[in-house]
Amino acid sequence: MLFTALCLTFIVFFMTNLYPNLEKLAKSEGNFRMDDAAVQTMLSNRGYLQPLPVKYGQWLGVMPGYVIEGTDDKTRRRCQLPAMALEDVPKFCGILQGYWGYSTVFKAEVSSIIATRLSLTAKLMFWVMLLMVPSALLVGVFAGMREGSRTDRTLSTFAITTTATPEYVSGVIFIAIFSSSAFGLKWFKGTATKAMEDANLENFLLPVITIALYGMGYIARMTRASMAEVMTAQYIRTARLKGVSFRNIVVKHALRNALIAPFTVIMLQFPWLLNGVVIVETLFNYKGFGWVLVQAAGNNDIELLLGVSVVSVIVVLVTQLISDIGYVYLNPRIKVT
Amino acid sequence: MELLSWGEIISRILMQLMPVWISLVVLFILSIMYKRKLGLYGKLFDSTIGMIGFAIVMFWVFAGFYAGALDWVVTHDPLSQVSGMKNKVPGTPMRGAEENEYAYFLLGGDTLARDVFSRMIAGSTVVIVIAPLATLFAFMAGITLGLPAGYYGGRLDTALSFAANLILAFPVILLFYLLVTPEIRLTGMPQYMAAVLFAFPLIFCTVLINSRLYIVPQKRNIVLSGALFVLLMLYISLINEAGSKITLFNAIDLFNVDGGLLTVFVSVVFVNSPTVFRIVRGLAMDIKTRDYVAAAQTRGEGPWYIMLWEILPNARGPLIVDFCLRIGYTTILLGTLGFFGLGLEPESPNWGATINEGRKLLSVYPHPALAPSFALLSLVLGLNLLADGLREESLKD
Repeated sequence: MLFTALCLTFIVFFMTNLYPNLEKLAKSEGNFRMDDAAVQTMLSNRGYLQPLPVKYGQWLGVMPGYVIEGTDDKTRRRCQLPAMALEDVPKFCGILQGYWGYSTVFKAEVSSIIATRLSLTAKLMFWVMLLMVPSALLVGVFAGMREGSRTDRTLSTFAITTTATPEYVSGVIFIAIFSSSAFGLKWFKGTATKAMEDANLENFLLPVITIALYGMGYIARMTRASMAEVMTAQYIRTARLKGVSFRNIVVKHALRNALIAPFTVIMLQFPWLLNGVVIVETLFNYKGFGWVLVQAAGNNDIELLLGVSVVSVIVVLVTQLISDIGYVYLNPRIKVT
Repeated sequence: MELLSWGEIISRILMQLMPVWISLVVLFILSIMYKRKLGLYGKLFDSTIGMIGFAIVMFWVFAGFYAGALDWVVTHDPLSQVSGMKNKVPGTPMRGAEENEYAYFLLGGDTLARDVFSRMIAGSTVVIVIAPLATLFAFMAGITLGLPAGYYGGRLDTALSFAANLILAFPVILLFYLLVTPEIRLTGMPQYMAAVLFAFPLIFCTVLINSRLYIVPQKRNIVLSGALFVLLMLYISLINEAGSKITLFNAIDLFNVDGGLLTVFVSVVFVNSPTVFRIVRGLAMDIKTRDYVAAAQTRGEGPWYIMLWEILPNARGPLIVDFCLRIGYTTILLGTLGFFGLGLEPESPNWGATINEGRKLLSVYPHPALAPSFALLSLVLGLNLLADGLREESLKD
């Protein structure tokens, strides 16, 4: 897993450090009418033109940061923040030492930006999970309980419709219905900017529902399939013949076995949810993690983009790990010895 | 002239879509008449859900085809701006309409005073061309790599699965932002990726033909060289572009694909192929234990013959279902790209970009964003229903 994380961050590092990106960075930092030679000196003075593995090692914190005596007679060191003496800069400074870099767009340290934004997104995700998981499981269990019944048909169609509605479509429809001043109901707010400090039903429900709905359909379908499979198992029939009531069969016999598969699906949904978070945060102007990703990528803020990708890669890999562990834990047939 | 009422708008839209209705009716009548002779496609007409899904999908296919190829269904040019039509509500009569022009903006005008209805229809052309093609390429790559991974197993499987998981662990949106920028296009990276990804159909067809016909070398040589010639021409024309990094074969560059479009195409294929790889690998691992594979091995068939002519046809059911679902997913991805303004030029009427444009004034003028939203929703829903119907019918036998 560590190897995967290293590979992924290296890919991101490579792609953000391609020369045209650096050139754009230099031009937006300096001025836009710089000629090629000026761009070259500016980049080499700031250590951007070192070989890629060296740069990656420095960024990771396993190689000493550069000390470059620039052509403009100014010595620069890696991780030197503005207004920081040359001697105070640590020798090794990278992700491992907790130095995440300095954002050129927000003019602040990447670690602090990511921490604040991530907490905002965590708030969003908490409510999404709280809404999505129980309702998806409920829909799935009710649909899978009696396969082929009318409830099943209705709920399955509902689940298919939600999976067919990406966030940017459902979000737009919700805003038009519930908050537009043209013909909407004006029940909720079309932006969630205020929800960053003070979230309430009016400004936070629409973004939460928008993310939850898209993820929900998939989980519900998985739960339905798993539930339907369990309901045809022999031990359910035995219980049925013994005269156990249908409710007890579902709650006591079927449910736990039926929830194993959806659990892994829920965990593996995280990469997709991240996608949704970016879309919804852009749509509702909620300045969280996804919004930062868009800003960093759109403005070519290399260090911030790297920080963002490290976090998202870690999130994805950790959820995969949890899903594996949880699978073993939930499934009585697999025992770790 | 006065504003049209909603009844009039709907009836006029239905009239405007007349060629689509006629084609749909003809297609359905023919299909239902001969459904017993049409295999899995015919069986689709036994399931209501599948028929509904198929109808929705074919609606957009016909609409996109007529609008793109014959210029029929659209009422106005999707790119031209008409003065005085900015943000007008649906059913507004067109100001200063000429004799030969359509007199109304059926679904109103957008912020740049373009006809929303025409843009919605024209947007379907982009989708119905790119989405199935990209999915097809992803399937070629996934099948070509997934079959040997599942059949041989071992180190090859470990290495390929690791690579696939690597791509899958990447958040899609981040990948898009890294891949689909003008700066990356300058480095030629999308073109190199295209060169790799588009090679898979070539390899696939070569192996497919060779493994089947290698016993009759004469026939094989003719068929193989014919197929390879056509495919190579297409391949070279696709990856080659004057004034970019790959200009090796400029002399035989048949057509030019817009650089932005190519980048979008490549990244969508790139994102989709690992999932296809995993599905094919799983299916191959399952099917290789069957008796007919053992029989083929005993007959002395080569490994590629077994993979492509024994395993692959027997895996077709799940693959066809996944193909439908994946076209829907690709449509969503294309919309996402458009929504973030990546790739295709901003003028183009693709649905994602139109939604993105319309959302800025969403609370005052919702109609420019709503029309493409519902279009995208219905197409993806149709594909999902179609996949559901196909799954049901293919499970029956």
